[in-house]
Amino acid sequence: MTDPILIFDLLLAAAVVALAVASLSVRDLFVAIVLFITFGLLSALAWVRLAAPDVALAEAAIGTGVTGALLLKTLHHLRYVTGTLNRPEAFSVTPAAPVPAPVLWANAAFCGLITLGLAVAFLGAPRSGPGFDALVAEALPQSGVEHPVTAVLLSFRAYDTLMEVVVLLAAVIGVWQIERGLSDAPAPVLGEVFQGFARLTLPAIVVVGTYLLWKGAEAPGGAFQGGAVLAAVGLLLLLSRLYVPQPSHRGVARWAFVLGTGVFAGVALLVAGGGRVAFEYPPEHAKTLILLIEGLVTISIAVTLAALFHGREPVALRTDGGRG
Amino acid sequence: MLDILGAALIGQGTVFFVAGTVGLLRFPDIFCRLHALTKADGLGLALIALGVALMADGVGYLVRIALIWFFVAVAGATCGHLIARYARRTMPGVRDD
Amino acid sequence: MMFGTMPQLTPDLIYGVTGIAVFAIGLVGALCAQDRLRRVLALKLCSVGAGFVLVVAAWRVPPAAPDPVPHALVITGIVVMVSATAVALALIRRLQTLETEDDA
Repeated sequence: MTDPILIFDLLLAAAVVALAVASLSVRDLFVAIVLFITFGLLSALAWVRLAAPDVALAEAAIGTGVTGALLLKTLHHLRYVTGTLNRPEAFSVTPAAPVPAPVLWANAAFCGLITLGLAVAFLGAPRSGPGFDALVAEALPQSGVEHPVTAVLLSFRAYDTLMEVVVLLAAVIGVWQIERGLSDAPAPVLGEVFQGFARLTLPAIVVVGTYLLWKGAEAPGGAFQGGAVLAAVGLLLLLSRLYVPQPSHRGVARWAFVLGTGVFAGVALLVAGGGRVAFEYPPEHAKTLILLIEGLVTISIAVTLAALFHGREPVALRTDGGRG
Repeated sequence: MLDILGAALIGQGTVFFVAGTVGLLRFPDIFCRLHALTKADGLGLALIALGVALMADGVGYLVRIALIWFFVAVAGATCGHLIARYARRTMPGVRDD
Repeated sequence: MMFGTMPQLTPDLIYGVTGIAVFAIGLVGALCAQDRLRRVLALKLCSVGAGFVLVVAAWRVPPAAPDPVPHALVITGIVVMVSATAVALALIRRLQTLETEDDA
């Protein structure tokens, strides 16, 4: 209780919980999404406080930035489809059907029970229990990188990360299939000021994204954070109409989607072919291989996230050719 | 000495942020609120950046703080412009000239 | 830690309880929200709550460094969540378009 920073902790925790409640209870969906974005950024701040800067970067860039952009784009599309665009009095999109009171009460009781169980488990568990810290610290010199989180992601638990990249690939395939033939809501024209802003910030974002990737070997950062920052380049290009996806770009996009997964799996197979276990990189090449994988995975992540934001596969439409 | 000056500047910046927030909550329409928010936050951000810069040890940090200040200021200004533009075009009862 | 005694207030306790609260709020929202978009939002809140608990589990009293394995797990979780969110939102867009076309 003596530490003054605990007051900050308590305030931040209260703000996070209040924002979570507000983003689900506020009537206007747009406000809900904006509150959610604020919630995500404050959560990232809390994770910085808990000595997890990598996670905070990933949450701020991917969990809040890209997710927020996806949600806002979807809301725009839904309002366009239902004809409630530019009508502030239309708060939600799906019409609300009355829910029987017993169902509500059953749901509430169910949620309460689960929360109670979680709370008991959390409060009863040993704090700061034995984790993997000692094992990771012991094996870190063999991994080829100096930053433990990067070592865990790309060396010790590389299978997980490979599958994660595959999930991203599956998502973009799914989105392209689901949206096939769907007409798109016209993107809002954001004007010249925004275009100038995009032109000004694009080079800086590219530098920051590459820096995060490069720095990931020894300090917080890495492929996912760098990829998300580079995906912001794609979002700015799409929003400012400096880049308009054309049907003829699909081939390049497909290659970019599979590049990371392909190289990741290829390295694993090569290493395995050399008489080792997959992802047991030869120590003298470990850093080179990890950086190679990270670099190409970053490109894939950036292109995939931007494609997820764009949504529909760029195909030639009847009215105007492949406008995004 | 530099630390005290830096802390004082950060404190001043915080005051501007509080003022901007009060304006956001109390002002009647969207343009007044935007005015309060962008003006107060612009100044508050500059003061805080200046305060942090006084405490920084090393030119690299100074450059980074300057870059962060520049891009946050530009992003804030652009956001303010986009909100005002949207409001002028869509909201009923807003003068359009 | 024993129940009944007042636990020492530490950052991991504060944020652990925060995480569980956020998870619970997300759970209620996912079950009770009417709007599809809001339900996706609620599930995302659940994932952030789970992230809180994992990050808290990795935290060690400074100056000890935190456990990197849960950090890597949460980063993986964030990326998987954005993939799932993107697919869910694409389904919502498609569904809404189909329903509106049926009405028309």
